[in-house]
Amino acid sequence: MISIALAVSAAAISFSVVLNLWRLLVGPTPTDRLLALDTMVINSIALIILFGMSYATFIYFEAALLFAMVAFVATISFCKYLLRGNVIE
Amino acid sequence: MSIVGEIIISALLLVGAGFMLVGSLGLARLADPLQRLHGPTKATTVGIGAILMASMLYQFVGHDKISFHEFLIALFLFITAPISAHLLAKAYLHMNRTDRE
Amino acid sequence: MIERILPHPVLTAVLVVVWIMLVNALTPGSVVMGMIVGTAVAKLTSVYWPERAKIGRPLLVAEYIGIVLYDIVVSSLQVARLILFRNPHTLRSQFITVPLDARSPEAIVALAGTITLTPGTLSVDVSDDMRSLSVHCLDIDDPAAVVSDIKQRYEQRLMRILT
Repeated sequence: MISIALAVSAAAISFSVVLNLWRLLVGPTPTDRLLALDTMVINSIALIILFGMSYATFIYFEAALLFAMVAFVATISFCKYLLRGNVIE
Repeated sequence: MSIVGEIIISALLLVGAGFMLVGSLGLARLADPLQRLHGPTKATTVGIGAILMASMLYQFVGHDKISFHEFLIALFLFITAPISAHLLAKAYLHMNRTDRE
Repeated sequence: MIERILPHPVLTAVLVVVWIMLVNALTPGSVVMGMIVGTAVAKLTSVYWPERAKIGRPLLVAEYIGIVLYDIVVSSLQVARLILFRNPHTLRSQFITVPLDARSPEAIVALAGTITLTPGTLSVDVSDDMRSLSVHCLDIDDPAAVVSDIKQRYEQRLMRILT
């Protein structure tokens, strides 16, 4: 039963990655694209975790954690760039 | 693995995936950039929380392991989601203000 | 003396717990390493934290976290309903201004984060004198009701926790 749920969830999340990709390509403002990228990272974290569950390997959690941190820092610095025109003052 | 555990884990997985889909749908469907911020910040955060809880339960029930990594990821995402949203909204307003002038 | 070694005892304790969770094993080695990391980080970053936030009343903190978690789930259901079943062009989105009674920066940050994660609202900006928050609402009828709800439900509690 869990394997069916895993497959359905993976399909749903893959579809949301496609939706995010569409928003990333269409825009129209830079903040939309940035938000799409941020959401895409969260979706891919979910995919990593589903992968780990379906193959019963739990060595990818560090990857997921690092992914979350790098994405957060990237979003923040990009926002800072949009706000101020530079990242480090 | 007990059948109750399987049902709970599957339900959590499906609910989480559903919320994440709704969040991305909101990102794709809503009309205004500030409205679009609402979908991912709430629905996606809850979705990833549910999926991480499912993974935690799966390891606990199926493999007799207590894992805190999922908890840390969930905590981190719940703390950072409002900050990202706040800065994105601020950047959007800032750029619009400079456009109008 | 203790002040100098441990400028922020709560931060150090949190870091130790997080380190143990990160290692995922409660061994003497991980506890010692966590303590080293916790002390070093608290000491090295104490320049950026000149004041100590006072957190009192653990019961109130637990109550607040419970309320916020419940509201996050409810708000996600509401937002999901709006996204799925409403024509996006009929949503009445607007900005509202929430006057702040809380004065401490920590309380304002916590309030802004809570507003972002709860029903249909998103905190966008704090005014320069830190007296009001500007909040974007996805779909509301009555701005005054939302403001009083935010103030009663979250701000009152936060002001009692973070004095």
